[in-house]
Amino acid sequence: MFWNVLLLALREIRRNVMRSSLTILGIVIGVSAVITMVTLGGGATEQVSAEISSLGSNLLHVRPGQRGRGPGGTRSTADMFKMGDAEAISREISGLAAVAPVASQAVQAISGNQNWSTAVIGSTNAYLQVRDWPLEDGRRFTNGELRAGKTVCIIGSTVRKELFSNRNPLGDSIRLGKLSCQVVGVLESKGQSGFGSDQDDFVLLPLRAVQRRIAGNTDIGGIYISAQDGISTEKVKKNIERLMRELRRIAPGQDDDFHVNDMQELVSAMTGTTRVLTGLLGAVAAVSLLVGGIGIMNIMLVSVTERTREIGIRLAIGALARDVLMQFLVEAVVLSSFGGVIGIILGLAAAVVGARLLSVPFVLNPGIVAVAFVFSAAVGVVFGYFPARQAARLDPIEALRHE
Amino acid sequence: MKTMISSKADLSASLIELKGVTKVYGKGQAAMNALSGIDLRIDKGEFVAVMGPSGSGKSTCMNILGCLDSPTSGTYLFEGVDIGKLSRDQRARFRRHYLGFIFQGFNLLSRTSAVENVELPMIYRGASAADRRILALRALEAVGLTGWESHTPAELSGGQQQRVAIARAIVTAPNVLLADEPTGNLDSVRSREIMEVLTTFNRERGITIVMVTHEPDMAAYAKRIIHFVDGRVDSDRPNTEVA
Ligand SMILES: Nc1ncnc2c1ncn2[C@@H]1O[C@H](COP(=O)(O)OP(=O)(O)OP(=O)(O)O)[C@@H](O)[C@H]1O
Ligand SMILES: [Mg+2]
Repeated sequence: MFWNVLLLALREIRRNVMRSSLTILGIVIGVSAVITMVTLGGGATEQVSAEISSLGSNLLHVRPGQRGRGPGGTRSTADMFKMGDAEAISREISGLAAVAPVASQAVQAISGNQNWSTAVIGSTNAYLQVRDWPLEDGRRFTNGELRAGKTVCIIGSTVRKELFSNRNPLGDSIRLGKLSCQVVGVLESKGQSGFGSDQDDFVLLPLRAVQRRIAGNTDIGGIYISAQDGISTEKVKKNIERLMRELRRIAPGQDDDFHVNDMQELVSAMTGTTRVLTGLLGAVAAVSLLVGGIGIMNIMLVSVTERTREIGIRLAIGALARDVLMQFLVEAVVLSSFGGVIGIILGLAAAVVGARLLSVPFVLNPGIVAVAFVFSAAVGVVFGYFPARQAARLDPIEALRHE
Repeated sequence: MKTMISSKADLSASLIELKGVTKVYGKGQAAMNALSGIDLRIDKGEFVAVMGPSGSGKSTCMNILGCLDSPTSGTYLFEGVDIGKLSRDQRARFRRHYLGFIFQGFNLLSRTSAVENVELPMIYRGASAADRRILALRALEAVGLTGWESHTPAELSGGQQQRVAIARAIVTAPNVLLADEPTGNLDSVRSREIMEVLTTFNRERGITIVMVTHEPDMAAYAKRIIHFVDGRVDSDRPNTEVA
């Protein structure tokens, strides 16, 4: 008996190709849109939190100038740091793991006939420690190189790719402006930062080399500090601020002419942002699910006139109301689940492709797959079944007269 | 005869009995008496023709006999059982087991082949797929539609559609065949063929037939002719000149 009904329903579906495919389309759109968006949203969230932890969460960054001022404005009003400031911090402040003074500048890097504009960062090995950045190949700077300001460099993976493609860069020289500089190490790739910039695009030199040979002064543009594990970055930040005010002789009541960024603060800010983003994506997904649902509903309701006559005919020639309802229910279930399955496949495929295009990880959320499927299927079944139930309650002649 | 629809079936009663049946369409001022008090008895094995001017209530009466519509007042007894007191499902079973109905307007399923349309009543009677196909093809043959089995109603002429509708009604070999102008769209040769089929059914299988027609030639096949005028039975007499 069940096979009989199933066969009847399948025949009916095939007979009304247009109506069936529109119903399926509505469900496919709803289900696949939700799955794609929520999956990509989940991937983006995961990506952002991974990037934040790649910055190092116990990292502090001290810069001259007031917070929120551009670097141009900074330079005109506030003094740059000197080496003494970094030394004072590592001497006076307790609970620090590493202190890395940094001087940086934009440069044109050349190797052979390859040309790449990048940034040069002058610092010490402590820079690699605070950024928790392992070497892929080669070595760190020696103390001798750091002291003497030798022109040796460690290059980021982007610079390596752009200048050397597949060649081994170790031992080779690159030209930074007028400076020729030997590659002693290559860094592992960190990828994009949470702000969308390429973290791997720089060349690291001993601080002295950059100051003397490129910048031509003894300025330090900023100091990276990492706190020891278990030490509150908030307290360290307070201590650094007090010390810097002393060093820079800022009178009580006067504003700081430097600022300390705490990555921990940034982490919570970013997490908040991604949470909003995920919420938005969820809302968009819900809307598309609703639109898909309304599409299904419309098709079902529009076909009611024709179907009411069909129900009248079936009742007149010997069908029980429950025979007719069973047929309609099976039809709706078959259409809805067929559409649901296609929607899931399409949605996941789109999510995989989208994740690759946006280079975010593919994070499957089985819950949302289930919710999308159940919602669409329910809409299909409800709007396929209930108008039919109305019609099956009529006298056959009423159903036949339905216009 | 097949199983009774109810244990209360009274075999001494007429097969069909209408008592004071009325049908009113609309309400208040717009109310319209399509049937105003029909009393009628039809016995098993009869072949009755119903005639009368357009709008005299013939189709309305047939729909009530076919249990497709409910009368506004009056009673419809089938083998003594009050059809008006049956539940929806019992009425459906009654239609399924006793009746075959040919609609004035055909009422075929669109986008459905002729043979599938004819098979439809058999599906609800639980016949196997093979039996359905054989019986449906046989019924289509009886109405002269061999070769048109796979055509949908849209691909058939009015007369051909009418014959599919006839095949669908006779395929189940019902106890009572209710035919609302079964030859209305057919030429006289075809009409005669159909009437031969119906007469054979009536004579050999004892199937009771009630047929609405405007054509005296067709009514001549019946053994009894009832005339409707303005929702009333105007005359009811045996047919003396049986064809
Ligand atoms: N659904 C309806 N609503 C309102 N009035 C109706 C309805 N159906 C039929 N009528 C009216 O009832 C009357 C009888 O109609 P019916 O269809 O029974 O006539 P008929 O004798 O079958 O006519 P014909 O020979 O043209 O088929 C007509 O006047 C018609 O207008
Ligand atoms: Mg009529």
